[in-house]
Amino acid sequence: MIINHPLLGPRDAAEFIYLGDACLIDRPDWEAEDAAEKFHEYGYIRDNIAGKMQELWYHEQGDRSWLVVTRDTITHEITDVEMARDVARARGRSK
Amino acid sequence: MRYSALRILKEGLTGNKGWKPVWREPEPKAEYDVIIIGGGGHGLATAYYLAKEHGITNVAVLEKGWIGSGNVGRNTTIIRSNYLLPGNEPFYELSLKLWEGLEQDFNYNAMVSQRSILNLLHSDAQRDAFIRRGNAMFLAGADAEYATAEQLRAELPFLDYDNARFPIKGGLFQRRGGTVRHDAVAWGYARGADSRGVDIIQNCEVTGFDIENGVCRGVQTSRGSIRAKKVAMCVAGSSSRVAATAGMRLPIESHVLQAFVTEGLKPVIPGVITFGAGHFYVSQSDKGGLVFGGDLDGYNSYAQRGNLPVIEDVAEGGMAIMPIIGRARLLRSWGGIMDMSMDGSPYIDKTHIDGLYFNGGWCYGGFKATPGSGWCYAHLIAKDAPHPVAAEMRLDRFKRGHIIDEKGQGNQPNLH
Repeated sequence: MIINHPLLGPRDAAEFIYLGDACLIDRPDWEAEDAAEKFHEYGYIRDNIAGKMQELWYHEQGDRSWLVVTRDTITHEITDVEMARDVARARGRSK
Repeated sequence: MRYSALRILKEGLTGNKGWKPVWREPEPKAEYDVIIIGGGGHGLATAYYLAKEHGITNVAVLEKGWIGSGNVGRNTTIIRSNYLLPGNEPFYELSLKLWEGLEQDFNYNAMVSQRSILNLLHSDAQRDAFIRRGNAMFLAGADAEYATAEQLRAELPFLDYDNARFPIKGGLFQRRGGTVRHDAVAWGYARGADSRGVDIIQNCEVTGFDIENGVCRGVQTSRGSIRAKKVAMCVAGSSSRVAATAGMRLPIESHVLQAFVTEGLKPVIPGVITFGAGHFYVSQSDKGGLVFGGDLDGYNSYAQRGNLPVIEDVAEGGMAIMPIIGRARLLRSWGGIMDMSMDGSPYIDKTHIDGLYFNGGWCYGGFKATPGSGWCYAHLIAKDAPHPVAAEMRLDRFKRGHIIDEKGQGNQPNLH
C-alpha cells in the first residue's frame, strides 16, 4: 500500500506504524461521571468497520507525524490522507 | 455408514459404488432448539458436541458459503498446548487431549500427527521465559521438554545454530504437538453432527437477529426467518459484522494473516519449528510442501489477502533459522481474517441478550482450539454455565480487570 503523505508525498506503508481506529483521537473526559465506562469503551471496544474506515498511522521511518488515513478495509484502497493534528483540531482538541 | 479397513476392502472389490454423501442438504425448518451461526471448525464442533455430549439434536448450523470455507481451510494446521497463563493453558490442554482421541471419536481420518512442536530460543532471558512456560504447562497436565543446543544439533542438524545475530541456544519441545489435516476436521465434525440429526444448512447467510424484549428468539437469513430457543454466534473473522446486526460492539479488530506453502520436497522438517527472535513457524505437510507463516500484516482488514512486505519479512525469518529452504520455490500464499482480541485471548461467553451466545476472538490460534472450543461452547449453550476451563474467557474481562494477556502487550490487537 502507498500512503500519500500530505507533506512528503507518496510513501510505502511499510514506513508506518499502525495504531488503529481514528476514534482514539477522541479521548474521554477523565473528570466525567461515567469516565470508567467511557475509558473501557475507548480502550477496548471497537467498531471494527468493514468498509471505509478512518485510522491512525505513525510515520516512524519518516517525519514521525501522525496521519489520519481513510482506507477501505475490504479493498485496502486509500482515499484520503490528512495530518492527524488537523483532524484533532477540527474536532476541538488542543485548541 | 461407519468407516473401517473392512469397508474400504469391500468397496474396493465392488467398484466403490456404496459410498454416499456424508451429510444431507436439508431445507431449514421453521424452528430449532439451537441455531449455530457459522459452519467452520468451531461451529461444526459445537454442533457435534451438543448432539453427542448433551443430547441436543434439534440444531441447525447456518453457513454463509460452504462449510469449512473460512479459517479452518486457511490455517497452518498446527496443534499444541504450550500456553502460559492459567486462563488459557488448561483450555488448550483439554483441546489437545480431544485432538488425541478425535479420529476414533468421530470415526473419520483427520490425519492427526503428533510430530512435535519446537519453540527455538536465542538468549538467556528467553531460556528463563521458556522454562517458566514449560513449568506452567506441567501444572496443567501438559508435556514440555527443554532441549539444549547440543541436543538440538543432534536431532535437527539443518538449523543455523551459529547465526551471527540470532544464535540458537536451545528450545522448548512439546512432543504431543503436531499437525492435522485441517479440512478433514470440518468434514469429520460435519458428518458426526449430521448423523446425529443436526441440520447443516449451507448458502444461508444470517442478516439479522429477532430480539424481543431483550431475548433472542431467532434469526433473519437469506433463506427466510428461523426461530430458535438459543442462538450461538461462531463466526471468527466476521464477528464484529454479525454482532453489529444485534446492536453489539465487540473488543475485537479484524486483521489479515498470511500463510504460505512451497513446492513439494522430500521429507526434511520432522515437526513444527518456530523462530524465537522473529515471527516464523514452519512444518512440512504429508505431500511435502513446507507450510509456514509469520506475523499479521498489522492493519485492520477484511480482505483475505495481504501485502508483499510481510511476505519478505516471513521469508527473512525462515532464512535466519534454516537457510536450507532458500532454494525452495513458493507455490501459494493466501490470507485469512483473524478476530484479534484486545488481549490476545478468545471469548466463549453469553451476551447481554438472553439466548444469544458468543464465540470468537481467536486471534491466530483458532485451529488448535477447535475441539476444545466446540466442547466448551456446547457446554455453555446446553447448561447456561461456562465450562471450568473456559470460565475466564469472558467478554467483560477488560471491565473487570481480568485480562488474559500472554505476551503482555496491552490493548493493541495487532501486537498479539
